[in-house]
This record gives sequence, C-alpha cells and structure tokens, in this order.
Amino acid sequence: MTSIGTGYDLSASTYSPDGRIFQVEYANKAVENSGTAIGLKVKDGVVLAVEKLVHSKLLVPGANRRIQTVDRHIGMATAGLPADGRTVANRARDEAANFRDVYRSPPTLKSITDRLGHFVQMYTLYSSVRPFGISTILGAVDKDGPALYVIEPSGVFYGYHGAAVGKGRQLAKTELEKLKLAELTAREAVIEAARIIYLVHEDAKEKEFELEMSWIGPETNGLHVPVPDDLLKEAEAKAREALESGFE
Amino acid sequence: MAVQFTDGVVVGADSRTTMGSYIANRVTDKLTHVHDRVYCCRSGSAADTQAVADIVHQHLQLYSQVSGAPPPVHTAASIFQKLCYENKDALSAGIIVAGWDKEVGPSVYNIPLGGGLFRQPWAIGGSGSTYVYGYCDATYKEGCGRDETVNFVKNTLALAMSRDGSSGGVIRMCVITEEGVERLFVPGNELPQFWQGSEVLPNPKGKAVPEPQVVPMVVE
Amino acid sequence: MDHFPLSWGRPRNDAVDAYGTFPIQQRPNHGQDTFSSGIQHTQQPIVTGTSVLAIKFKDGIMMAADNLASYGSLARFRDIKRLHAVGEHTVIGAGGDMGDFQYIQSIMDELMIDEFAAQDGHALGPAEVHNYLSELMYARRSKMDPLWNAILVGGFKDGQRFLAFVDLLGTTYSASTLATGYGAHIAQPLLRRAVEGREDTLDAAEAEKIIEQSMQVLFYRDARSLDKYQIATITAEGVKISESRKLETSWSFAEGIRGYGAQTQ
Repeated sequence: MTSIGTGYDLSASTYSPDGRIFQVEYANKAVENSGTAIGLKVKDGVVLAVEKLVHSKLLVPGANRRIQTVDRHIGMATAGLPADGRTVANRARDEAANFRDVYRSPPTLKSITDRLGHFVQMYTLYSSVRPFGISTILGAVDKDGPALYVIEPSGVFYGYHGAAVGKGRQLAKTELEKLKLAELTAREAVIEAARIIYLVHEDAKEKEFELEMSWIGPETNGLHVPVPDDLLKEAEAKAREALESGFE
Repeated sequence: MAVQFTDGVVVGADSRTTMGSYIANRVTDKLTHVHDRVYCCRSGSAADTQAVADIVHQHLQLYSQVSGAPPPVHTAASIFQKLCYENKDALSAGIIVAGWDKEVGPSVYNIPLGGGLFRQPWAIGGSGSTYVYGYCDATYKEGCGRDETVNFVKNTLALAMSRDGSSGGVIRMCVITEEGVERLFVPGNELPQFWQGSEVLPNPKGKAVPEPQVVPMVVE
Repeated sequence: MDHFPLSWGRPRNDAVDAYGTFPIQQRPNHGQDTFSSGIQHTQQPIVTGTSVLAIKFKDGIMMAADNLASYGSLARFRDIKRLHAVGEHTVIGAGGDMGDFQYIQSIMDELMIDEFAAQDGHALGPAEVHNYLSELMYARRSKMDPLWNAILVGGFKDGQRFLAFVDLLGTTYSASTLATGYGAHIAQPLLRRAVEGREDTLDAAEAEKIIEQSMQVLFYRDARSLDKYQIATITAEGVKISESRKLETSWSFAEGIRGYGAQTQ
C-alpha cells in the first residue's frame, strides 16, 4: 500500500497530495472483508439479503443480525463492522422518528438516505473520529413506490435497481444484472436473492454462513419484516438446487 | 325564537334545560302562556324567567278582568320589560314576547339582558341564537305565510340545536293567530337534517404499495 | 415615594430603565415582579371531548365514545374519532382536550414504531401501554403542564383482558366497568349494575346493548354529547373499531307536556 508510512493516512482530516482521504479508503477495506449483502428493487417491493458469516460455532443461531428495521416501511442491511451498522441504524431510526414528528407523515426513503448520508459524511471530516466501516443498503416501499439506496463510507449515496456490497459484490452484481428486476414480484425476488447469496458464498469457499432475508411488499402489508420461515426454507432449498445443477 | 307573519306569529323553542353541562330537563316547555293570544319564550335562568312570567301572567289576568278585553301584546311586553329593567342586577332573563291582538295584529318583542324593549319582525334569543343570526339574516323574508314561517322557525332551531351544546331535545312551536293557538311538536329524532358531510378530513395518504413506476432495466 | 409596601425591595427589571433614570413610581412596570411574566399558568382544555365508556365482557373489552369535539358549548367538530388503536392488542379512548389527545396518539405511534424496529418478537400489550401513559401523564402534571385528558385503556393479549383508567394527574385505577367525564357520574352506575359479576358470561351482543343504553342516557343528560358514536371491540381476534353509528332516541312522550306548573295550553 503506497499510503502506508507517508503520514497522510493517519487522520480523516488530512488529504494526500493527490486528493485522497486514505482513512475513507481503509473504511472501504473493512466493507470488502465482510459477508455480502444485496438488495433488490422489484415491481411491487424490495428484498434485502445478507450472507452472514458465522465466525464461531458457539454463537446462538440468529444472533448479530445485519438486517435492521428503521421504520415500519424501511429496512437496511449493512456490510462491514457490525457495531457501526447498529450505530447507523439507530441514527436512521432517530431521523425517521424526527421526520414523522415534524411532518406527521411517513418519511420517504430518499429523505432518510439523504440525512443519513450527511451523518456518515460528517465522520470523514475530523481527526477525532473514524469513518464508518460499513456500506449500507436501504430499502423501502414509500409513497413513491419501491426504493433502494446504498450509502458508502465516504457518505456518498446512489439509488439502485439492484445493489450488492461486501466481499462477493462483483459476482452478485453480475447476477443481479441478469435479472429483469422491474418485472419480478417480491416473492420471486426472494428466491433470486437467496440463490445469489448462496452462489457468491460457494464461489468464495468461505466458512459457515446464515442467510438473513427481509422484504417489503404487498404480502407484508407494506411493512419491513423478515421473510417468513416457510418461504425462507423454500428459497434456501431452491438455492442449493440451483447450485448443484449449476455444477453439473 | 319568534317570527311574525301576515296572520299571526310563530314562537318556537328547543327543550333543553342545563345545570352547567348537565341536562336537568330534556323535554322542557319553554313556550309559556301569559294570556290567550300572548306567549313568551324564556331563556337565561329558569327560576328567574318563571318567576317573571308568573308575575306577568297575574298582571294580565287582572288587566283583562278590569278592562273586559284581552291585553295587547305591547302591554304584556311592557310589563315584562319593567320587571326586567328594574331588577336587572338580580335577574338573568332574556325573554321574547309574541302574540296577536286586535289593535296591531301579530307582533314580536325582544327583551334582552339589560331590560330594553325592542319590537322586531323576528327575534332570536338564548345561547344557541348566536349560531344562527347569519342563517336568519339570509333566510327571512317579509310577507310569508304560515307554513313558510313554521319551516323557517323549525330549521333555525334545528341548526342552533345541532351546534350549541346548551340547546337540544325537541322543537316545540306555537302558531298564534286571531283564531287561536296551535301547538306543534318535532321529536328529537325527527329534526330537519342539514349538511352531513365530514367536517374533519383524514390526513392525505399515499397508496400502501403504489403502482410500480420502474423503468425496466436494459439487459444486454 | 412608593407608598405600596408590596412593591418595595422587588428585583429590578434590567431590561427596562436599567440605570433607574425614572422615579420608581413612574417606571413602566412599577409594582410588577420582574419574574411575573415568567410564571406559567396551568392551561385549560379548549377543544374537548366528553365521556368514554368501557366494559369487560366474555371475549374481551368493549369501549365507546361519541364523535363530538366541543369548543366551549359550540359543537365544533361532529365527526372526530376519540377511540384510537395502539398496536394489535390495545385501544385508547380519550375525553378532555383533543389537541393533547392527538399529541398522545403521535407518541403512541412513535412508541409502536420503536418496538416494531426492535424486531425482537415482543409486542407491547395494553398493560404496558397503560403504564407508559400513566408515567407520561404524571411527568407532565409534575411540570405543571398536564395533558388534559382522562383516558381509558382497553385490550386483550395472551388470553388476558385488560381495562384501566389514567387521567391528567397520572391517577390510575382498574375495574370491570370504567367511564370518564359525565359517564363516570351517569353511566358508571348503570354499567356496574349490568356488568359486575357477569364479566365472564356476557357475550358481545349483550355487551353492545349495555353500552348502547348507557350512551343513550348520556346523550339525554350530557349537554356536550352527540348521538353519533363508535364502538371498539378488543378480543383475541384483535382490535375492531366500528364505523360511526347513530343512537336510537325517544321523544314522542314529550308531545303532551305543557308549561312548568299549572299551564294547560
């Protein structure tokens, strides 16, 4: 790494001579080391899925969730440092509550992402803080329909049809691009999401993982909730099936 | 409320008597007979207005016995006014006097709180009246017939009763003409109905899951 | 010389005539305590709702309130809702200031979102909601700025019925029949006679009849009430708040009444 030893990488408040902020780039490394998270914006909803790497057999199944609920209709998935993910989720909840308090209506995902982007960016300006080591996928069905955004450690955010962050993002993006996202239903997207997570996991030959999935759509009454057990089982079974047939 | 028309007057009132916000009597008769062709509508303190009406009633009986003829409405109203004015510090009484006499025909007098006396073509009083001045101004016409006037009174009272918590119950009316006094009654569950739309609209709400406005992705 | 002992030795208001260029008795707020403008007076309710009634019955709780919001004696809004669902298991019904009630509704909504976002498999039931409200109401009265309401909290969760009261002072109590406002004076005795001892046998239809009769008497006797009302039913199936309905009333017996004593015509 060319940055090491130059002294320009010690603080987020210092640029390198060629205009980079190395602390932010290191934060991106933290994201790249994390299990993959994906988001699909489809015809009638949004699906979030996470490849949660289980680093110890002693962990209780379902512990350390990486998909969190922000508001009734807003969910988020993170890749990177799990503790940073919880901090950002708490901030997102506060922003959503504040929006409701001021405007007496449910926030749009755009408004929350905008505020959250500013929040994340503030952590790239001072020597006393470290940038967040996470990329955040935010999904919602709001008054404008399904929406999907990703916030990066720099605070920059973009809207997407399909998004992938973390270790397996390249392969996941390739898979997402093959889908006709705007024509899928949320239920179909759940199956696809599970398949993609299983695929990228297999590709990396990693240790154990848990598939964590949530969705927002007509079947959830507009709420952000975990994918129900039976559908999750079905999606996982089909994902394994697809993997096996793929290797034949 | 009282309204004069070509051949007589219509007096009308709701039937609610309250102590604070407790309805002490829901079927009160506020149309009080003071002579054969003279009635009054009482508002304010029930005790005060009953006492005053009783005294006026006694005066008018004496008057008709002595003079050998029924008292003019103006005479009845003047006695009311004297009592109300001279005891204004002690009374809480707003009274409308209305009736028919052979000198002037139908007439309506209003004696509001301070004890003044005002002859009017129509008069309204009591707590509910402030809610319907606009309606009366907009609706009253001179030269109406009996039925039209009865409807005007009935509608005015129903509107006041619907907005004023201190008014309600049934509508009682009297049509006083040379021929006699006709009592009319509208039960509380058969009052005229007016605008029934919603006064408070729900907050605007988007569809839970709006139609997708997603442009299909280009797939190479 | 200021001859009023009460104005002697008062703190000076430095915002006005800080250097004392006027004789004391000519100063603009002479005789007024500097702090008097800072005194907060306890408010009063402005747009108000009247009674709320609730009873226990075999399958849960039934609650009712009319649709009126008064402005003094003016029947200002005749179609507002005074029953509000909080989550899947609870209904709150409020009398008193409707502005404060709407504020309480938004607080309950925020609370339920917080709980939902936790996604921990726990949902707040009526007991929790009632306790939260009582703490809120007591905290506000302690700030001398109460939320001017009397609230009934009814619910059904985990096979248990719940019915309790909380008011602007943070006072709480629980019983198998409850009523706020005029209802506490007029309907409560009727409800007790009809319900007590029969909480586990009354069915929904019988409970509705009891509520209906009590609402009718309240309409007859409460000058701030309306003959349009709603009923909330909370059972194992969840919360149901009815559409507005009209009370049946009887008046025909009054047709023959004349005057207030001896009058016959």
